[in-house]
Amino acid sequence: MIKDLSPMQLDAIREVGNIGAGHAATVLSQLLKQKVAMTVPRVNILPLPEACNVVGGPEQPMVGIYLRVFGDAPSKILFLFPEDKALFVAGLLIEDPDKCRNILGELEVSALKEIGNILTGAYVYAFSDFTGLHMISSVPAFAFDMVGAILNTILADLGQMGDYAVLIDTRLIACDLSIDGHFFLIPDPGSLTTILEALGVKNECQSPSGSECQK
Amino acid sequence: MPKSIRVGMSEIVVAETLDILVTLGLGSCIGVCVYDPTIKVGGMAHVMLPDSSTSKEVTTRGKFADTAIPDLIELMQKKGAAKHRMLVKMAGGAQMFAYPGMSPQMHIGYRNAVAVEKALSALGLRVSGKSIGGHSGRSIYMDLATGTVKVRMLNSPEIIL
Repeated sequence: MIKDLSPMQLDAIREVGNIGAGHAATVLSQLLKQKVAMTVPRVNILPLPEACNVVGGPEQPMVGIYLRVFGDAPSKILFLFPEDKALFVAGLLIEDPDKCRNILGELEVSALKEIGNILTGAYVYAFSDFTGLHMISSVPAFAFDMVGAILNTILADLGQMGDYAVLIDTRLIACDLSIDGHFFLIPDPGSLTTILEALGVKNECQSPSGSECQK
Repeated sequence: MPKSIRVGMSEIVVAETLDILVTLGLGSCIGVCVYDPTIKVGGMAHVMLPDSSTSKEVTTRGKFADTAIPDLIELMQKKGAAKHRMLVKMAGGAQMFAYPGMSPQMHIGYRNAVAVEKALSALGLRVSGKSIGGHSGRSIYMDLATGTVKVRMLNSPEIIL
């Protein structure tokens, strides 16, 4: 059912995404001591195998930060950034230009994981607050590799079905630079129903007659 | 000019044309390549999970090692390939994300590799070349004219199986 979300349901998810982005921007601004804005230009539902095409093909190298969300609506969260953008974001956090190298070393990886943590925390908080669902996130895991390899590992990690992802594109604006990152929320089988129910739009699916569909 | 035939997640492809079977971006999944050099027929399966019995319904047999391998071999045999001539190679099964406190036996890539080899040996087949495990994603290219399998990773030299 996940692929048949109505515009209203997508709007509800986008709204949560926007609130999450707002929280994340506030936290990042405080941390980086400069103005950070975040927007959610697009929300999309897509089959996971297609997710790599959205981000430039399966062999495209990407930095991935992966977390699990436990609680009432277990899900997975994945941030994807191109390498140069990831280095830039890491540099903002590290601050010290002497320490900041243009490679993904231990320090940079650690900084990126922390940013993933903060962003996820903000999103999860927004989701929890908005929906009343209890959610808590795991520690972040990091990978820099072909995006196809990152995605198919997560898909396998899902175990069985649930092959769709909610893609909440997230644009981060800092230092007059716009950084396009991709934020994927991948609900475990059954979780999206829980989320939609909590948002009060569970039965708002699209039907030709315009009437509410039966559960 | 040989063309590339993409083998997507959970797919099994067998071809008798002299093309190249390609799987891009394998993480914990495994690409299993089988080749009969005499009649130049080759096949590839993109296995995602070790065991179909843990799944409620098996809609895609190509997804699981225990169902994909017998299907791949059967498809090969239908094209005239003989089991005693088959060369089997496999690549993938990486651990893309390391979690603190997680034992290697837990991760899906390792379990996939074990399950694939088990399914192969149940059919009396042995793996002649493999590139398994590690922490890097792989792309594999199987040349159906020669049976060679090229494995590419992001930051390491190409491997020929």
